[in-house]
Amino acid sequence: MKYTILIYETAADFNTRTDDKKKEAYWGAYRAYTQALTSAGVMIGGAGLQPPPTATTVRQRSGKRQVQDGPFAEAKEQLGGYYVIEVPDLDHALEWAARCPAASSGAVEVRPHLAM
Amino acid sequence: MTGATDPRLAAEVAVRASYGRLLAYLAASWRDVAAAEDALGDALLAALEAWPRSGVPDEPEAWLLSAARRRLVDGSRHAKVEAAAAEAIELFAERARRTASADAVFPDERLKLLFVCAHPAIDESARTPLMLQTVLGLDAATIASAFLVAPAAMSQRLVRVKAKIRDAGIRFEIPDPADFPPRVNAVLEAIYAAYGSGWDDVAGADARRKGLAEEAIWLGRLVVALLPAEPEALGLLALMLHCEARRAARRDSAGRYVPLGEQDVSLWSRAMIDEAEAALATAARASAPGRFQLEAAIQSAHARRAAVGRADWESIALLYQGLLLCAPTIGARVGHAAALAEVRGAREGLAALGDIAEESVESYQPYWALRAHLHERLGEDEPARQAYARAIGLSEEAAVREFLVARAATFRRPL
Repeated sequence: MKYTILIYETAADFNTRTDDKKKEAYWGAYRAYTQALTSAGVMIGGAGLQPPPTATTVRQRSGKRQVQDGPFAEAKEQLGGYYVIEVPDLDHALEWAARCPAASSGAVEVRPHLAM
Repeated sequence: MTGATDPRLAAEVAVRASYGRLLAYLAASWRDVAAAEDALGDALLAALEAWPRSGVPDEPEAWLLSAARRRLVDGSRHAKVEAAAAEAIELFAERARRTASADAVFPDERLKLLFVCAHPAIDESARTPLMLQTVLGLDAATIASAFLVAPAAMSQRLVRVKAKIRDAGIRFEIPDPADFPPRVNAVLEAIYAAYGSGWDDVAGADARRKGLAEEAIWLGRLVVALLPAEPEALGLLALMLHCEARRAARRDSAGRYVPLGEQDVSLWSRAMIDEAEAALATAARASAPGRFQLEAAIQSAHARRAAVGRADWESIALLYQGLLLCAPTIGARVGHAAALAEVRGAREGLAALGDIAEESVESYQPYWALRAHLHERLGEDEPARQAYARAIGLSEEAAVREFLVARAATFRRPL
């Protein structure tokens, strides 16, 4: 089954990405995690996302268009990236989710894909 | 149990202290774990309603037991009792009368309940959760978190397995002598699964299920109390106590991960080590070694470092060899490789790791952590770098991940 691992990061996590003292550990952990997923043959795809201030949100409401700077909702943790994996069941998906670096600082959400 | 005067507290204390005994007794009499749980839950609610008005009874457990019994009997009357069930009620009523006459002292059926939880007809992955829920009264959400399973899925599994116990007629009984050793072993395995990995490696551990160590030790003590002549039960308790003794030393004051070989032995719990050693010595008198005694002996040899300044690696390597004969798990094979590396050098350790089939260690973090450590010791930068990356990517705990990232960062090229 295919699952998407949604990575929610805190403001501190996003800052770590560019912090000279901490960024190597941050990126090293994600590179290692990605490599572990690939080596285990479960990786389908994924992407890291630029931080929330780069987001633009669009809504169409009764013929009127609303364009807003920033993410669609204010929240302590914001989407920072995602992985798509293929594993036998939810238990395996959770095992991989628990190893995602964001699970220790922000939160990681696991969603099964719709059958299409 | 009569010391508490606050009704809510008294009810909670009575249930928490006696939950497993009350449930085991009800479930064994009724042969239906789920119905017994519901009845006990209702009895607790009734207590919370009645006790503030009428005061806390002298024997809170007896009160809860008879309330739960009434509820079980009523429930089955409503359900148009069939002949078989009527027979069960008769049996139950008779035992209830006997119990009542014995001044509300009811027999301890927890051993039978443990054997039911670890029955061969029950899926292995459900045994430990069932034990934690029935004997300790843990809720499904807590158990789900500890086992990294979705709470809804864990609830469903527990419901299914209780239906199976009832419908398949799994009996609440002490197994026959012929079946006894494997059945005891299944109980011990299930308890050990609640403790999690006892594997304390040299370069980084992936401690899963860490939340239930205390509960597992409690169950371990219970089994020793219920089966005092069983050397493997003592071995399991010794193993868990040895691992638990090091809890405070596993992180430094800044919360950083400290590998076993670098732990400050003054932070190890002397009391737990002593208790573990005593349990192991008692077990040894039976002259019937087994998997848990061997694992406890390995941890005992590690604990020697507190007394003589050095872990007894020669013994550890030999004990792992024995362990591989009776329980050739991946964890034991990696542990054996670590010991060989200490006794005969890193090259021998790597050779032992190389004998393990690649597909079985693809996502086994301790294997990669040890491989990284051994390549590093041999000055083999590139293989060390690759193994560190695998170990980091497979780490669940932030402290372990950071430890490995820091170790890997000592190499020239970035990850």
